[in-house]
Amino acid sequence: MQILDFEKPVAEMEAKLAELQHQSGDRVADEVARIQQKTDRLLRQIYGRLTPAQKVQVARHPNRPHCMDYVKGLMDDFVSLSGDRLFADDAAMVAGLARFRGTPVAVLGQERGNDTESRLKHNFGMARPEGYRKAQRVMHLAGRFNLPIISFVDTAGAFPGIDAEARGQAEAIAKSIETCLRAPVPIIAVVIGEGGSGGAIAIATADKVLMLEHSIYSVISPEGCASILWRSAAQAAEAATALRITAQDLLALGLIDGVIPEPIGGAQRRRDETIALTGDAVAAALSDVAGQDSTTLQNNRAQKFLAMGHRGLN
Amino acid sequence: MNWLTNIVRPKIRALVSSKKDVPDNLWDKCPSCAAMLFRKELEDNLMVCRHCNHHLKISVTQRLRLLFDDGRYRETPLPKVLQDPLKFRDSKRYSDRLREAQHKSGRSDALVIAEGSIGGYKAVVAAFDFAFMGGSMGLAVGEGMVTAAKRAVSTQSAFIAIPASGGARMQEGALSLMQLPRTVIAVEQVKRANLPYLVLLTDPTTGGVSASFAMLGDVHISEPGALIGFAGARVIENTIREKLPEGFQRAEYLRDHGMVDMVVPRKDVKNTIATLLSLLMPQGQAMTPLPKPHTSRQDKKRA
Repeated sequence: MQILDFEKPVAEMEAKLAELQHQSGDRVADEVARIQQKTDRLLRQIYGRLTPAQKVQVARHPNRPHCMDYVKGLMDDFVSLSGDRLFADDAAMVAGLARFRGTPVAVLGQERGNDTESRLKHNFGMARPEGYRKAQRVMHLAGRFNLPIISFVDTAGAFPGIDAEARGQAEAIAKSIETCLRAPVPIIAVVIGEGGSGGAIAIATADKVLMLEHSIYSVISPEGCASILWRSAAQAAEAATALRITAQDLLALGLIDGVIPEPIGGAQRRRDETIALTGDAVAAALSDVAGQDSTTLQNNRAQKFLAMGHRGLN
Repeated sequence: MNWLTNIVRPKIRALVSSKKDVPDNLWDKCPSCAAMLFRKELEDNLMVCRHCNHHLKISVTQRLRLLFDDGRYRETPLPKVLQDPLKFRDSKRYSDRLREAQHKSGRSDALVIAEGSIGGYKAVVAAFDFAFMGGSMGLAVGEGMVTAAKRAVSTQSAFIAIPASGGARMQEGALSLMQLPRTVIAVEQVKRANLPYLVLLTDPTTGGVSASFAMLGDVHISEPGALIGFAGARVIENTIREKLPEGFQRAEYLRDHGMVDMVVPRKDVKNTIATLLSLLMPQGQAMTPLPKPHTSRQDKKRA
């Protein structure tokens, strides 16, 4: 696992733990328990006071569970659907049907990939217009068959490329937001890593928007903001603080509906536990909006977004 | 500085100084063909270069005068919103930047809501003021769009959005991002009321503004050469490490790629909108008898 610069103090202990795991004996077990306890204490300390810039690093950690990990961990009978029926398939956007705790649902999300090959295949989770149009197609399908929509948001942003612009990236995002708002079924969105601006909100205009404890959600990347307002990407840490991109900030501003706690040391350390906790949070969010007819859902969704902006930070 | 500045008292200096007599904005340079344009002539030509037909930026007031019948309209003030909700600060405080822009423009933010008639049809126009922090969209602009759309519905008017914006306002963080769904909700109300929603895309329309209400119009009109797109040119070049093709993200490019219905020269924008309203507005809604749209022989030939 990749160790982040501020985790250096625990890296040594974790290495020792990994080493001891191959040995046996009572004394070893005691030693393991002791080091584990110490490691956890230290991790809890470090993760309890992450700076916004450090959260950016955690949110982008390559070993964090990605969209497909959640699908595999939480869904049965997943059927992946391909193509926007207009131009192409976009592997940056996952879309499909599945069963979540017994209920058929539609699934959306950006997939970043886990190694060089899969990252290239998924374009690092940066979708093109065809990705957003595939998402729209599946949202329409969900509406017709009365399936709740669950979306896993994890993208640096919509792909900035000539081809993406030529095919109408702006329109594709705008239409996705509109499709979310018109959906006659519940939509639950979870920001599992990075919620990058328009590319994220295109599938996160939801009844309930949840964020993992160390995920981020922003109108522009801290690097992009720094290079515009500070005229230097080196000021990214400052921009990360000023932009208020943490889950805790968004909750305080009333822009999201809940924060899902991450296990000690972040999602990347205890992936299965993170996925399970997320599953519970999604199930709870779904039951919150269960039984509402389509008009009520649509109206409440619109009202929720219209009511935003009355809370500031100090 | 010369010896005079050091010795002569300010009041006397003001008398001696000839600076005031020559306004520095007598001439403008065309950003496209670099021709020197006499300010007065340029204004008479609707800020269009007479040499190369480049459409320069036009003030929001001038834009509205051009659009409404007899140049007459009523402004609705923007609703009050939280100022600087994040206490944002870069090299400067956002609250100071905001106050400066307000002071300079005499407006509370980057949107003007105007009401009047166009070609005899009732219309509510939400026009961006690019001079106000690049027309960026934060809480105030988003709230203004919601207010304007509501007003269009309650008065059974057409709704016309005129974006001129670099996108979401960074200094309001995720609150600005939330203006994407909020403005989409705004125009959805107009659509549900079966009223026409037209978008006049002007230079520039990019980022979060293009990725929300601006691309959801019933009809998209744009001015020649207007920059329209999602990602900024620099971001794209840095990502793909390629030079961008000529005319990329310009109005004509978007028309050719199916995103804009028509590219209309500034002098014809009003008539185009009036004709569209006469076709889309419920019959019998004209406030005054509609004058026959003026068509020159050339226009007929082209049609």
